[in-house]
Order: sequence, then C-alpha cells, then structure tokens
Amino acid sequence: MESLGIVNYWIVIALMMIGLYIVISANNLIKKIIGLNIFQSSVFILYISIGKVGGGTAPILLKEPTVYSNPLPHVLILTAIVVGVATTALGLALIVRIRSAFGTIDDQDVQQDIERN
Amino acid sequence: MKQHLILHVIAKIMIPFIMVFALYVQFHGDYGPGGGFQAGVIFGAGFILYGIVFGKEATMKIVPPPLVYTTAALGVLLYTGVGVAGMFLGGEFLNYSVLSADPVAGQHLGILLIEFGVGMTVASVMVILFLSFADYRQPDSQDTD
Amino acid sequence: MNAIELVVNFTLLGFLLVTALHISQTNRLFRAVMLFGIYSLLTASLFVSLDAVDVAFTEAAVGTCIATILMLSALSLTGSRKEVRYRRKNAAFAVCVSIALGVALAIGIMDMPQFADPNAPANLHVAPYYLQDSYSEIGIPNVVTSVLASYRGYDTLGEVVVIFTAGIGVIALLTGRSSKPKD
Repeated sequence: MESLGIVNYWIVIALMMIGLYIVISANNLIKKIIGLNIFQSSVFILYISIGKVGGGTAPILLKEPTVYSNPLPHVLILTAIVVGVATTALGLALIVRIRSAFGTIDDQDVQQDIERN
Repeated sequence: MKQHLILHVIAKIMIPFIMVFALYVQFHGDYGPGGGFQAGVIFGAGFILYGIVFGKEATMKIVPPPLVYTTAALGVLLYTGVGVAGMFLGGEFLNYSVLSADPVAGQHLGILLIEFGVGMTVASVMVILFLSFADYRQPDSQDTD
Repeated sequence: MNAIELVVNFTLLGFLLVTALHISQTNRLFRAVMLFGIYSLLTASLFVSLDAVDVAFTEAAVGTCIATILMLSALSLTGSRKEVRYRRKNAAFAVCVSIALGVALAIGIMDMPQFADPNAPANLHVAPYYLQDSYSEIGIPNVVTSVLASYRGYDTLGEVVVIFTAGIGVIALLTGRSSKPKD
C-alpha cells in the first residue's frame, strides 16, 4: 500500500507531461489550446487529490460527527474551472481572428507570413 | 438544424427542466452541492442548447445581446454592491454579518445575494461567448448558415 | 480509504491517461475535441470519487458542455478540415522538455504526504477551523459555499471580474466585425 500512496501524483505528472508535449509539438493552434486544457486539468486533479481525506465524505455538514474531506482545494478549483473556460474562450476568439487575418491557424505558417511582410 | 423535428421537440421539453434545475442549484447551493458558478453554467447551457437547435436569430430574439451585456455587468455590480453595503452599515468590505441584526442571518443573506450575482454574471458570460462565436463570419466564407 | 474507492480511483485515472495519450497522438482535430469532452467527463467522475462534489458539478457542466461547444464553433469558424501535422524537430524538442518537466516534478513528488492522509499538512491548516466553526458562524451546511462566498469573498469577487473581463474580451474580438475588413 505504501507505493500506492502517491500513484495519483504520478498520474498527474504524466498528464502534465502529455499536455506540455501537445502544446509544444502541435502546430495547430486549436490543438495547442486542447493541450493547455489537459495541462490545466492535471493541476486540478493534483489539488483535489491533496484535499482527499481517507474515509471522509463530501464537506456538507451532517448532524452526526463525520470525517470530511478538505473543502479548501474544492473552493480554489471550483472557481479556477469557470475562469479556465472563460480564458479558453478568449484564446479561441484570438485564434478565430488569426484565421481571419492570415488565412491559417498553423503557427509556423503565421510566423512565415509575418516574416515575409 | 431546421429540419430535425425530434431535436426540436426534445429540446423544447428539456429546456424548461434545465432552467428549473439551474434555479434549484442556485438557491439550494447552501444546503447541498451547488452555487452560483454551477447554476450560471447550467442556465447558460439551456440557452446554448436553444441556440444550437433553433438557430442564432431565434436565440437573439429571446436574449438580445444588449440585455445579456447588461445582466453580466449587473451581476458584478450586485456582488460589489453587497460588499459596499456592508461598509455603509459599519462593517468591512464584504462583511455580511452587519447586513442583518443577527450576524448569522446577515451572513446567510449576504451569501444568497452574492451567489445570485455570481450566477447572473456566469450565465450571461456563457451566453455572450456562445452568441459571439455563432454570430462571427469569416471575411472569406461563402456559406450563409 | 476502502478497496472499492481505490479501484474506482485508479480505473478513472487509467482512463484519463489513455484518453490524454490518444488526444496527443491523433491528428484529426474533430476527434481531439470530442475526446477532450470525454476527458472532462472522466475528470468530473474522478472528482466525485475524491469527494469534491461541487467541483465535479462544475467540471461536468463546463468541460463537457461549454468548452466542447466553444471548441467546435472555433473549429467550424476556422474551417480546419485539414489534418494536424507534426514536425519531427518540434516533436523531439517537445519530448525533451516534457521529460525534463516530469523529472523535476518526480523529484518534488517524493516528499508528498501519502494520498488520503488525514494528517497531511494541507489538511491541518485552516480546513479544521472551517469544518468546525463555519456552521456556528455562517449557518449553512455546505462548507464549500460558505468558504467560497464568505471567508474567501475577495477571491471570488476577483474570479467573477476575470470571467466578466474575458466576456468583454470575446465581445471586443468577435462582435461587429462580420463585414470584410478593408486592407
């Protein structure tokens, strides 16, 4: 059981690596946004994993004494998710405008277009 | 989506339930899972479903963009307004205890009001995001729908 | 933490890993976006098994519904029917950077307390105070709501303003520009 204890964190690391890999390797800007979202959600999973208490339940108070999980990471991540989608939308809007201006959403084509002019 | 009869009928049945569920999540958030953020997103999702099935012109008739822009700003204003009201009543900014004679009742009232503000802003912004994307036309695009 | 909870936890984490790997390997954008919707739903399920019901609620509504729809609209607006290409040089560089990140994080993770440890430092700071005293101070049973709206009201105000600003940004970028720009 000792080695099982931090498996959650190992998988968070793996997800974060995959997210970063997509952000760097993909040339398509929408694919990059998906990579950023995977990176972001790996951080969410890390926070929620830290807040889990063994044998606990959701932090909604009951009459009888109970063990609850830590509510603080829940609060932080709850707002972060909604802010995350708002910023994702802003990024997508920028991509749509880039497509209008350059006719492509390939980052290197855009780069070449800028250098040519 | 104009020709999909099943989608039209099912969407018309589902949307009222989505809206009522959003209101339940909004105002029951003190006692169970829920709150302004979740309710706002669900409420916005109801309008987005309408927009996908019935088209953006019909949606803009129900929620005209100026109205949504106003409610988005009003939500933030309600939140800050509750904070400033606490200052006028002798407490600190966003201290809800002074809103009522009983501090616990004041906290309860303050949380209800600011969660409503959060829900209003989040729902409006989600509708704004969807309508902005739906309304945009690429300069070189040929299709009309 | 009983066995069935652990099994659910690790199964969902395994699914997440497989989905993320598939997203990184596929070169069709539509497929990547739909897989991202599945990924969000899996994340929401994982949050339920980790007791974060409020967060799961938000993730299910936001990730699977709004984010996926916005990505699909962006996809149709940019007309990317073409497949995503990867450049070899780029991919090799990306693998190197990701592995560097992974090694750095792995060194850091060694000192983390065990998963679900009730005596982990994160669970001993302010959380016991919130759980014990919030009912007498705020009077509502959902601790997440009372921390979100009252104890951390400033935070939430800031987050709402960020969301509002992002909405304004999208309006500024996309509205009133449908006619052909003269250049």
